[in-house]
Amino acid sequence: MEFTRRETLAVGGAAALVAMLPKGAYAATTEEWIAEFTGGAEMADAGLDLTAPEIAENGNTVPIEVSADGASEILVLATGNPTPGVAKFTFGPLAAAQYASTRIRLAGTQDVVAIAKLADGSFARASKTVKVTIGGCGG
Amino acid sequence: MIFKTLTAAAAMLALTAPVLVAGGADDDTLVINGDIEITTKAAAAPHLDGHLDEVMSGWHFRDDDTQAMEMDDFDNPGMIFVDVATDTWNTAEGSEGKSCADCHNEPESMAGVRAVYPRWNEEAGEVRTLQMQMNACRTERMGAEAWKYDSGDAINMEALLASVSRGTPVNVAIDGPAAETWEKGKEIYYTRYGLLELSCANCHEQNYGNYIRADHLSQGQINAFPTYRLKNAKLNGMHSRFKGCIRDTRAETFNPGSPEFVALELYVASRGNGLDVEGPSVRN
Amino acid sequence: MADGVKPRVKVPKSASAGEAITIKTLISHPMESGQRKDSSGNTIPRSIINRFTCEFNGESVIDVTMEPAISTNPYFEFEATVPEAGEFKFTWYDDDGSVYEDSKKIEIG
Repeated sequence: MEFTRRETLAVGGAAALVAMLPKGAYAATTEEWIAEFTGGAEMADAGLDLTAPEIAENGNTVPIEVSADGASEILVLATGNPTPGVAKFTFGPLAAAQYASTRIRLAGTQDVVAIAKLADGSFARASKTVKVTIGGCGG
Repeated sequence: MIFKTLTAAAAMLALTAPVLVAGGADDDTLVINGDIEITTKAAAAPHLDGHLDEVMSGWHFRDDDTQAMEMDDFDNPGMIFVDVATDTWNTAEGSEGKSCADCHNEPESMAGVRAVYPRWNEEAGEVRTLQMQMNACRTERMGAEAWKYDSGDAINMEALLASVSRGTPVNVAIDGPAAETWEKGKEIYYTRYGLLELSCANCHEQNYGNYIRADHLSQGQINAFPTYRLKNAKLNGMHSRFKGCIRDTRAETFNPGSPEFVALELYVASRGNGLDVEGPSVRN
Repeated sequence: MADGVKPRVKVPKSASAGEAITIKTLISHPMESGQRKDSSGNTIPRSIINRFTCEFNGESVIDVTMEPAISTNPYFEFEATVPEAGEFKFTWYDDDGSVYEDSKKIEIG
């Protein structure tokens, strides 16, 4: 069944809200993502490097890098996106360094957070504020 | 001129702190793959006397991260569409069972071609853009269907042809039989369009280097097209960019492939004579 | 399968035994986030590549779980140890069940 925008708006408020949520995309919070990854363990401030631009020229393609010596996994979250998940890197035995670089989407100015599970099983956290600018001619 | 004052102020600042004042053009050097040196600043062509002294690529107006994406063919997402076009180049299409490669061999044999288009075609009696010439090949020699202007296939092929001409200076002819079309393009460039009553020149000649909201205006050069925009994550054609600009003045626009945009492409290309072909480039 | 999906990988042709090398990968894919609406206001369904893996001679280098916040035409750069001559295998998994693969041989020299 397809609704046009007008029809969707015509449906009562609460019902419309439910109808517009994408199926199965219940938006877990940043805290819930972190709790699931760490099991509630403490996170150190050292042991993980997160590189992201201070100002992103376009929020659609923002280069980031994560690096944590000996880590088995690194989780990256965008705390201001509609859903905070970005990526989880799991390093295998043939990873020469626990390092990865990628390009991500940021819906606006926000904190990007990375959490690493280190070799000894402890966790480290790093965070960077990225300002996303609004383009000149309509973005 | 405001821009020059700003640049002077930036130069003063640079003496005391390594701060790049966003907005103006920087002085970085563009070398692709550590190998292809690109001329991104040049003395303006004689026809720009009284309008511009120096012409510069839009690359100088982008931040370091965006600039870096264009300096390596693997980091440049536009190059994946060059790969796609290389497959198309070698694929036979149409009633004649021919591919581009059957007549032109390797794409590298087209080196330098991008730099001289749009150009006058004597037989057809018209100025042709590179996409028009590609379509003439498709319909007349291959018996294949013409590509829609600025469609994915056409833009990918234009990117392939640009990529093999990188490092060749743009040199479009504006005299002789092309002069009439060039004059028409020049008239469009200086005409104010839309509810905002803006001409191309208002932004890209009189205000380049200044802010437009949080972004900064370039000279609107087209030597680096097609361009992969971070905004829409795909290759963009010149005519589509023209259309976007004119739409933003809140005007009824011309369409990609229209005689007006063909003329405008010739004129804007000629404003970049002396800058190297740089496509596919990366912009925001 | 999304239209025109094309992988690219960059791996050196040779390395010395035990050397660390840098690998770059890019694949053309729209990465439709599930957050956008079409012109009639209907949500465009999510359609992304949700996992990327790189293995060397069957052993894992990296395994990435991807969410809709990864940009269109996903790009990854990472480092691998090359213990012996062999083959890198790259695999991308699409939401729609499609699997895209590429491989690169590397010599010891």
